[in-house]
Amino acid sequence: MADIVLDNVVKRYPDGTLGADHVNIEIADGEFIILVGPSGCGKSTTLNMIAGLEDISDGELRIAGERVNEKAPKDRDIAMVFQSYALYPHMTVRENMAFPLKLAKMDKAEIDKKVNDAAQILDLTQHLDRKPANMSGGQRQRVAMGRAIVRSPKAFLMDEPLSNLDAKLRVQMRTMVSKLQQRLETTTVYVTHDQTEAMTLGDRIVVMRGGVVQQIGSPQKLYDRPNNLFVAGFIGSPAMNFLPATLEDGVFRTSLGDLTLSDELRRNLEASDAPRELIVGIRPEHFEDAALVEEHQRPKGSVFTAEVDVLESMGSDKFAYFTVQGEQAMSDDLADLAADAGTADVPGGDAGTLTTRLSAASTATEGRSTEVWVDTSKIQVFDPNSGKNLTTREAAPVTA
Amino acid sequence: MATATATEPRRARSASSSGTADNKKLWWSIANLIVLLYALIPVLWILSLSFKTADTVTDGNFIPRAWTLENYAQVFAIDLFTSALINSIGIAIISTVLAVVIGTMAAYAIARLDFPGKKVLVGISLLIAMFPQISLVSPLFNIERAVGLFDTWPGLILPYITFALPLSIYTLSAFFREIPWELEKAAQMDGATPLQAFRSVIVPLAAPGVFTTAILVFIFCWNDFLFAVSLTSTTRSQTATVAISQFTGASQFAEPTGSIAAAAVLLTIPIIIFVLFFQRRIVAGLTSGAVKG
Repeated sequence: MADIVLDNVVKRYPDGTLGADHVNIEIADGEFIILVGPSGCGKSTTLNMIAGLEDISDGELRIAGERVNEKAPKDRDIAMVFQSYALYPHMTVRENMAFPLKLAKMDKAEIDKKVNDAAQILDLTQHLDRKPANMSGGQRQRVAMGRAIVRSPKAFLMDEPLSNLDAKLRVQMRTMVSKLQQRLETTTVYVTHDQTEAMTLGDRIVVMRGGVVQQIGSPQKLYDRPNNLFVAGFIGSPAMNFLPATLEDGVFRTSLGDLTLSDELRRNLEASDAPRELIVGIRPEHFEDAALVEEHQRPKGSVFTAEVDVLESMGSDKFAYFTVQGEQAMSDDLADLAADAGTADVPGGDAGTLTTRLSAASTATEGRSTEVWVDTSKIQVFDPNSGKNLTTREAAPVTA
Repeated sequence: MATATATEPRRARSASSSGTADNKKLWWSIANLIVLLYALIPVLWILSLSFKTADTVTDGNFIPRAWTLENYAQVFAIDLFTSALINSIGIAIISTVLAVVIGTMAAYAIARLDFPGKKVLVGISLLIAMFPQISLVSPLFNIERAVGLFDTWPGLILPYITFALPLSIYTLSAFFREIPWELEKAAQMDGATPLQAFRSVIVPLAAPGVFTTAILVFIFCWNDFLFAVSLTSTTRSQTATVAISQFTGASQFAEPTGSIAAAAVLLTIPIIIFVLFFQRRIVAGLTSGAVKG
């Protein structure tokens, strides 16, 4: 067990492109940290650099206080779980799990004991003599985990370990990974492109984009106080709604109508010398069927009326989708997000649609106009040019 | 309308699909049989010749009228053949082992590593494979006589390796490319040195390729006549193929047809054993299960 420090780590490819651009992350001993971002954001590169599978061009990587830039992967004492599991097909489950111990020249009795213990934890005891080819995806995944934990390494690195499983199994395995990490208390760096996985698993999340760390913080912090449009749009499912807005006469003029500002927000925007053209971000759960909002709550928000395009009843909630008239919020961050989600190519996709989450009691119906209330105190305000979050006055640092 | 006409024949086809499948099977069986007969009849003919007596050898009967083991006894009575057989086995096995070991390492480097001159190396090995061997016989003969390799085992093993290497590099690098690279990374993470990773993960997975290559190289060395006849002169290193060509009949006028046939049959036996032995090791789909299947 050990802490891992990335100190201005840079990955520069021979053609000059940056895979990771001055990445600074301090991972505490026993912490479960998630690297998340769209594909090509540098999260796997960063993980491979920690593993030693890729060279570090610049900066320093320290594991347990010791510089390991020049150390071979085998000398770093860290275990890795690969997306493809990378099990040795010619070995049985037992041999697969014993392989790292055999290489460490442990004696046979001890190897047997450790393998059996790990198999017990992962519920693999009855499969120990099978070959990976005859196992299901979930079982293979557990073998890959087993191979990592038998050695009690200083840290686990996991490269999208669940992305090859089907949805239901993935949720189960997610819980298992989480329990396993709590039980072993081993520092874990976990790479995923799935923000749900990131939110549910990590102690802290590192959001990356184009090799640059966007924000580091607890899942809740990233959700409530995103640093910029990119983080705001990436974290949360369904994603935050973004609308272009003009600040005029103390209200936001948007395509939903005028949205009132809380006093605090108004003060912050004035203090930060915000431009008049802004982007406002509203999470789906900050909408409510106006008929269901209690009287004393109403003044905290604004009400607009629109026709429901699609209504999805989830039992516990109802998701109502509206079409937003007028122009759409434009920014590089949002374009990146749309490209990653693939919605940029879908005609009538995400853009221009307002997603709202209403109470199950809502009487909204498809094709009918509904009065919707917005909790304006929860609005996030962004600078369309820099993407920076202007909601709070504190200059939001990248790390937290 | 368009959809209706399109689905009609499809339905008709699916209805008779079991019938066409049977038909297809029949045609394939016939085709296989023809190929098999084409390949096997000369072999059976040699086998038949080897069991015929000296009087009936030229009678043209496919099944011998008079059976005899005389030819086989005669073959082993010739000292030349026994020693040639030993030479053949020794030279072929040593060449195969060396060519496969060197080929494995070269193929791995070509499949996995990026090094300057890789394309040139591959090009040169391709060039060697295409080079007409006959044009090398005289130079090799002169060189080997000058350095004292003429009529020795290494004198044959060296050219065999030269010509077998391109073949083994090609087949093996194709096999190496099939192995997921992540396995090697996993081995490194598990604490293996690059050599350990190669030996305990990559080589076992490339085993089918290694054995396939070994068979091909062995057959090439075993069957060679050109180099063997040009670079040897005595029982010290003459191989079986050369020995057969030097058989003489009982008298100056007798054709040693029966003995040649018997020797040819004997020569095919090691190859059959070799193939059967290694075939078991060529387990198809050995790499399945390494990664998400």
